[in-house]
Amino acid sequence: MWEYTDKVKDHFLNPRNVGQMEAPDAVGETGSLACGDALKLFLKINDSERITDATFMTFGCASAVASSSALTEILKGMTLDDAAKITNDDIADYLGGLPKAKMHCSVMGQNALKNAINAYRGIQILEKPGTMVCECFDITDLEIIDAVKKNHLDSVEDVTSYLKAGGGCGNCIDKIEEIVESVKTQA
Amino acid sequence: MKIVYTDNNATTRVAPEVLEEMLPYFSELYGNPSSMHSFGGNVGREITRARERVAALINAEPDEIVFTSCGTESDNAAIHAALAANPEKRHIITSGVEHPAIKNPLEDLEKKGYRVTFVPVDGKGRLDTTLLYESMTDDTALVSLMWANNETGVIFPIKEIAQRASEKGILFHTDAVQAVGKLPIDVKDARVDMLSLSGHKIHAPKGVAALYVKKGLKFSSFLNGGHQENGRRGGTENTASIIGLGRACELAKAHLQEMDTRVRDLRDFLETRLVELIPAATVNGDKGNRLPNTLNIGFTAVEGESILLLMDQAGICASSGSACTSGSLDPSHVLMAMKVPFESAHGTIRFSLSCYNTQEDMDHIVTTLPPVIQRLREMSPFWKQEE
Ligand SMILES: Cc1ncc(COP(=O)(O)O)c(C=O)c1O
Repeated sequence: MWEYTDKVKDHFLNPRNVGQMEAPDAVGETGSLACGDALKLFLKINDSERITDATFMTFGCASAVASSSALTEILKGMTLDDAAKITNDDIADYLGGLPKAKMHCSVMGQNALKNAINAYRGIQILEKPGTMVCECFDITDLEIIDAVKKNHLDSVEDVTSYLKAGGGCGNCIDKIEEIVESVKTQA
Repeated sequence: MKIVYTDNNATTRVAPEVLEEMLPYFSELYGNPSSMHSFGGNVGREITRARERVAALINAEPDEIVFTSCGTESDNAAIHAALAANPEKRHIITSGVEHPAIKNPLEDLEKKGYRVTFVPVDGKGRLDTTLLYESMTDDTALVSLMWANNETGVIFPIKEIAQRASEKGILFHTDAVQAVGKLPIDVKDARVDMLSLSGHKIHAPKGVAALYVKKGLKFSSFLNGGHQENGRRGGTENTASIIGLGRACELAKAHLQEMDTRVRDLRDFLETRLVELIPAATVNGDKGNRLPNTLNIGFTAVEGESILLLMDQAGICASSGSACTSGSLDPSHVLMAMKVPFESAHGTIRFSLSCYNTQEDMDHIVTTLPPVIQRLREMSPFWKQEE
């Protein structure tokens, strides 16, 4: 608790928009009981593709609850096009930042949102491009390369903090290390 | 806000009697116990008395006690000594649920070419002794097993195992950091070769500990330097803390009975009430064979950190069995080794009591925790489906 900002504490202790929604227009889920955190996001969307209401249910640590709560506040009143541009950093920034080891909680928010929008627009989630690296958290090499480049990550621990990749069974840690090293030597 | 402290397996408060006895050695009595002058020598005499008090708690001889800087150092020193005494042997046996102070050095040795057998435990945290005994070979330099587990409180049959090891001529070390002060420990009866204990788990300060080394054992020091501790541990003594540890051991001995009765009753009360009041709550560990102060309990469909932080709002201090950090959301290696189902492993809380806890403390937890769990479950996408 001592490493959380006041905003994170507030959103954890007084989460906004908690609960299942009656007749939602879109639902996005991510995570599972096995991986230790999960988020279910419910959206009401009007005819002009604007989000009129957002609620959530979350299983996870304080920053997972706070990230979910923050996300619903950010989303209300937004158009779907704008919502689609929200990144995990936007969620973390809204909370005044998250400890590095908890960044994956904001990624969880971004993923649930992406899934909700895709479901609403009837976009089939296609097989992800790239090769699977982390089976536990369904993360491909392309996603890891992307995260390493964008966020200037320089270790396996950094990648795990951002994407969770490598945080499950740990079998892919060597592969992640190779990827991090190869991106670093390219740079 | 009143603090209800039930995290005594993590650390304990320094007993007022201990602090009082330590204070002069921070100020006027600052002499070096090794000095020739009586100003230092008087401090040396107090160290001797502390050594006697520590020895008395575990039925050792005073010269079998080596003071160290922490339980971790005692554990590392024991491993170091066992391997140095048996340079030709390349095999070590331990369990899959040891504290990192044993687990990590042994994993390092594995990388350096030693063979390490991590004996598994069952769902209740009980050691597979059949496999343990089968693993003992002529090449085994050391068996190191914890007396009691820090997370679940489960007690291993140390006397029986030490007996088998000694029959095979294998050195036996036990990490008794959690057992000392909570259970009667008798090194002569149990016939262990080395035993680690740590001050801050028994109301002495942090940063002082001891290693029991059986008389006659060929011991080579881990911290090599001056002739302190009879040449077994270099470095000018942490005089005030060692003197505090001596007093704490004396108090621990006097409180052993209370641990087994009053503290055990408080723990049992807490356990019974929580299981009654909270649906889908499971106690982890062998209930019939646990430390009297420890309760490890899992709640389905909620996550440990959230529980801890909401309890923190009510002044309750406890620990969780999972750490949601670095994206590694795995439950602790102890719960994983016990194959605790992940539905409840993520929501596991450890309460660990001391003689300072009261019925009032337990009542406060019993009224605080059920609504906390309910609140988190109402937020959890997995709870409704569970019902
Ligand atoms: C079983 C066990 N062994 C060793 C240690 C380490 O002791 P210390 O903190 O004094 O290094 C602990 C404390 O956490 C423990 O519980």
